[in-house]
Amino acid sequence: MEARVIVITSGKGGVGKTTSTANIGAALALLGHKVVLVDADTGLRNLDGVLGLEKRIVYDVVDYLVEKACKLRQVLIKAKNCENLYLLPTSQTHDKDAIRPEQMEELCEELRSEFDYVLIDSPAGIEQGFKNAVVGADEAIIVTTPEVSAVRDADRIIGLLSGYELYEPKLVLNRIRPDMIRRGDMMDVNDVLDILGIPLLGLIPEDEEIIISTNRGEPVAFEQNSRSAQAFRNIARRIQGEEVPFLNVSDNGLWTRLKRLVGLGGN
Amino acid sequence: MVNVMEFLTRLFGATEPSAKVAKQRLQLVLVHDRANLSPQMLVLLKEDLITVISKYLEIDEEGLEVTLDRSEEQVALVANIPIKRVRRPVSVAE
Repeated sequence: MEARVIVITSGKGGVGKTTSTANIGAALALLGHKVVLVDADTGLRNLDGVLGLEKRIVYDVVDYLVEKACKLRQVLIKAKNCENLYLLPTSQTHDKDAIRPEQMEELCEELRSEFDYVLIDSPAGIEQGFKNAVVGADEAIIVTTPEVSAVRDADRIIGLLSGYELYEPKLVLNRIRPDMIRRGDMMDVNDVLDILGIPLLGLIPEDEEIIISTNRGEPVAFEQNSRSAQAFRNIARRIQGEEVPFLNVSDNGLWTRLKRLVGLGGN
Repeated sequence: MVNVMEFLTRLFGATEPSAKVAKQRLQLVLVHDRANLSPQMLVLLKEDLITVISKYLEIDEEGLEVTLDRSEEQVALVANIPIKRVRRPVSVAE
């Protein structure tokens, strides 16, 4: 199989890029693919923590690319409880200018020969760190939430990605609150798709399980009974080409409302 | 009680759902973002409009408003131009 290099980006911070990277990667690994998660957020690394690997880091990508102090396989860390899933941590002490775009491109090329999927966790913003994150990618996933500022930044990012020949990024809409959508107090997926005009890859409901699993340093995608975990596993299946129906997280149809009224329907 | 009031005002359409407001605000701000049309450019456009329109009409320059607006399907440049007086038509040979 031809390796795929996918960047996960958003523009705005705090919308769930790192959580999405960890969980989409974990879900792809569960499907049997060999996956590496590349942390491109140099200076503010967190992908290690989400995966519970923060204590295992010896070398980072700056040691490898810039200092030439180690081999690539010395930087790679195997995830807990999961075959096939690896982390390529970045440095917490350097800043984003430490790595040049050409070096990131070379790194992506090198990882292609070892892995089926290379997922790059982009930093927030549109500066050097963003450029480094997207430069070696073939595809892009945009994570956003149904809020004005997040969607506005996502729109800006869509424009910037076309400058890197990433013309059709796919959308992950995160932190959806069905109850708020029903009350008319949160934009639903159709509102956001209307505005951004890119294809939908996944819908993630707001879910306490994500906070709990992040507290423990274990990707929620491994949980069987969580709705967000199901959403991440569905995204992974769509990435590998399957048609998977979207979770009904925002049904506001008359029938649903009637059922709720008489106490038949839940979420 | 507050919730009942909110429910009733919404039921009778007194306030718009905030999601709808959010979408409309976004659509408008993105028109500016995507067109890269800054407020400064709108000011320049406004000055040019005054020059052109003043050839035909005497307008209230202070009251002139130029904005981008978004209706259902398209974005429109909307100018509100208060007219003071129509200039005497240029006389043509009889």
